[in-house]
Amino acid sequence: MPDELISRRQWFALVPMSAAVLAAQQHAHDIMRAAKPAALTVLSSEEAQEIEAITSQIIPTDDSPGAREAGVIHFIDRALATFDSDKRALYTEGMKQTEATRLELFPNSKSIAALQPAEQIRLLEAIDKTEFFDLLRTHTILGFFGNPSYGGNRDLVGWKLIGFEDRFQFSPPFGYYDAEPRQ
Amino acid sequence: MKQFKPSEEVDFLVIGAGAAGGIMAKELSSAGFSVVVLEQGPYLREKDFEHDEIKFTRLDAMTNNMKRQPQTLRKSGAEPAKLQGQKFLQYGRQVGGGSVHFTANYWRLWESDFQQKSRHGSVAGATLADWPITYADLEPYYTKGEEELGVSGLAGANPFESWRSKPYPLPPLPVKSSGVIFERATKQLGLHPFPAPMAILSEPYRGRGACLHCGFCETFGCEVRAKSSTLATVIPMAEKTGRCEIRPDSCTRKIEVDTNGRVTGAVYFDANRREVFQKAKALILCANGSETPRLLLMSKSSRFPQGLANSNGLVGKNLMVDAGYEAFGLFEHPLNEFKSVQTTRAIHDFYEPDPKHGYYGGGGIDARFDFYPASFALSGLPKDAPRWGAEWKAMVARNFTRTLTLLAHATCLPQEKNSITLDPDVKDAWGLPATRVTFDFHPDDRSNMKFLLERQIEILEAAKAQKIWTDTADLALLPHNHLMGTCRMGNDPKTSVVDRYHRAHDVPNLFMVDGSSLVTACCQPTCTIQALAYRAADHIAGEARKAAI
Ligand SMILES: Cc1cc2nc3c(=O)[nH]c(=O)nc-3n(C[C@H](O)[C@H](O)[C@H](O)COP(=O)(O)OP(=O)(O)OC[C@H]3O[C@@H](n4cnc5c(N)ncnc54)[C@H](O)[C@@H]3O)c2cc1C
Ligand code: SF4
Repeated sequence: MPDELISRRQWFALVPMSAAVLAAQQHAHDIMRAAKPAALTVLSSEEAQEIEAITSQIIPTDDSPGAREAGVIHFIDRALATFDSDKRALYTEGMKQTEATRLELFPNSKSIAALQPAEQIRLLEAIDKTEFFDLLRTHTILGFFGNPSYGGNRDLVGWKLIGFEDRFQFSPPFGYYDAEPRQ
Repeated sequence: MKQFKPSEEVDFLVIGAGAAGGIMAKELSSAGFSVVVLEQGPYLREKDFEHDEIKFTRLDAMTNNMKRQPQTLRKSGAEPAKLQGQKFLQYGRQVGGGSVHFTANYWRLWESDFQQKSRHGSVAGATLADWPITYADLEPYYTKGEEELGVSGLAGANPFESWRSKPYPLPPLPVKSSGVIFERATKQLGLHPFPAPMAILSEPYRGRGACLHCGFCETFGCEVRAKSSTLATVIPMAEKTGRCEIRPDSCTRKIEVDTNGRVTGAVYFDANRREVFQKAKALILCANGSETPRLLLMSKSSRFPQGLANSNGLVGKNLMVDAGYEAFGLFEHPLNEFKSVQTTRAIHDFYEPDPKHGYYGGGGIDARFDFYPASFALSGLPKDAPRWGAEWKAMVARNFTRTLTLLAHATCLPQEKNSITLDPDVKDAWGLPATRVTFDFHPDDRSNMKFLLERQIEILEAAKAQKIWTDTADLALLPHNHLMGTCRMGNDPKTSVVDRYHRAHDVPNLFMVDGSSLVTACCQPTCTIQALAYRAADHIAGEARKAAI
């Protein structure tokens, strides 16, 4: 039975749970998905542009959306305002170092955002062993693949990319091998 | 729900509403006794169990948190213990404890597990011992747990499992692609795959619905109560008796004793950090293999200067944790392992330690997937893959649905030097001494993990995985979920902390019933912890009726 065919009514029959609880859960889910990114709170728009330029090389835009379209920068801003507020100093220091590395590599450049993509990649290669890069990579990934309620993963681009679906229910067969006739 | 005044002397004060504590609460209140359960964590309900990877796996919405409850770690007593960025000991921290977010692998021990010392002799550097009870003593309670909580599995499918008086109450969960691949490959190698026994309902059972295969299972709570946590099963039963109060947000800091050395109750911080003393006739400590010894060590008094129940100095020692490496395989077609429960097939062919190996150790292997989207993107690709950029992105996109893990669940030898003590310097958010862990694996544990990893790779080769890779990072530095052995049970008060019925050798009205009681490491401990709780409750209720506590 394809998953879609399990109606909500059938689901009620399967799960002894009040309609109110179900409605509340669905509501929470819908809100999560519809969440609009807020304005920046911690990062200045200049900082945000520079950081976004890096995240857009960590998860680039190609034939599918990348960190930029996913709104990863809004996730980062929110993380630094809330659960990772103790990481702000690491960001400030890390960006300072990264700008310095940029000037070493490209002495006449104005900003990371203004570099050519190939130059940005060279810059990332120069910093990708640092603690700051690890943190930025982690944040970029969390923003891209985490729940949209945190400001990133807009339109579920992260989940669509990898074929992940967030549902309350699936039914077998789940994948190719358990669908094959059993020997 | 019944509420008691702290000044009211209840029959039993249970500390920790987890896998064991929930059962103690239900059994003792059903037997007619008044029970208060102090749980440090919140009382979360099904509606709180969102599908939110960040909240539940990174922000510790349901687990101990290193900012609130720091841990320090060292490999031996000769080194200074260092404050850790990531936790070493992880556990569920809410009503239901670890049973709420556990993967729900529900393996009984084998008959031979209870006599490892007699069967294999001593192991240098380890304190391997026989249990003071046998499989036959525990079997009725394994059966009771499986029936009351709801466990899915197929009796007899594992040719190595010990005898059982009843089949599983529910048939196995539907096999996943990882299970099909694993089953074919292991059979080809002459091994004996079987449907993983899971504390998850494959069919509606006793008023609860079947698993809907949502996939947010390990490290998440079940929104539809299909996972057989104590929160979904025995805790509501305890509350219904009208004799049991579950008191959340109550962080116990000390167990008090009178001049006769009997427990009188416990002091805890309530949600507003006020100190409250709850009076009780007897106390059952179910705070897990990490917090139970810590609380005993914090409960020093003039009568018990080394900590409560610790006259022989063994409280906190013999810490054992989960062991076993991961091997990964990439397959041609989508497995979609993000759906449904983590694991559906396992083998026990290498479970019993084999003297021919020249070391002590054994374990099971299962096929599984414990990644979620972000954790997969962070660390799910082969070691030689790029870490960012277009090529990395394309690999994450392709591999997420095509990757599976083979995980070994291996033995961990008990050693006295592996311990939980109180950190002399670091304090937690309540101003209490932080947990200091001293831990390293026994050389035999490491040989065993290596042997099992070779078997895992063979299985992936037989499965014709397109790519195979492993993770052999030092497990003595990584987080662990199975916390065992720190108040081991035994007949001899010189070499154990509790007796065969979990009563503290030193204190007549104190019982420790949780992962701390285990004498040897269980590859999946919760099934045994819960069977022990049913058995202990039976005995303790009997003793209370005879006024023998
Ligand atoms: C991610 C994960 C996956 C797991 N998967 C499996 C699996 O597949 N199979 C398996 O067998 N096991 C698994 N486990 C382990 C399982 O969760 C534990 O073995 C089990 O919960 C231990 O039971 P317990 O009763 O000893 O303690 P717990 O269930 O940990 O309960 C202890 C309770 O005491 C509370 N407490 C502690 N200190 C205090 C205090 N001072 N005051 C008040 N309350 C306190 C805690 O908050 C907790 O709720 C897993 C664990 C994790 C974290
Ligand atoms: S996979 Fe099944 S048991 Fe696990 S959380 Fe989802 S519905 Fe519950």
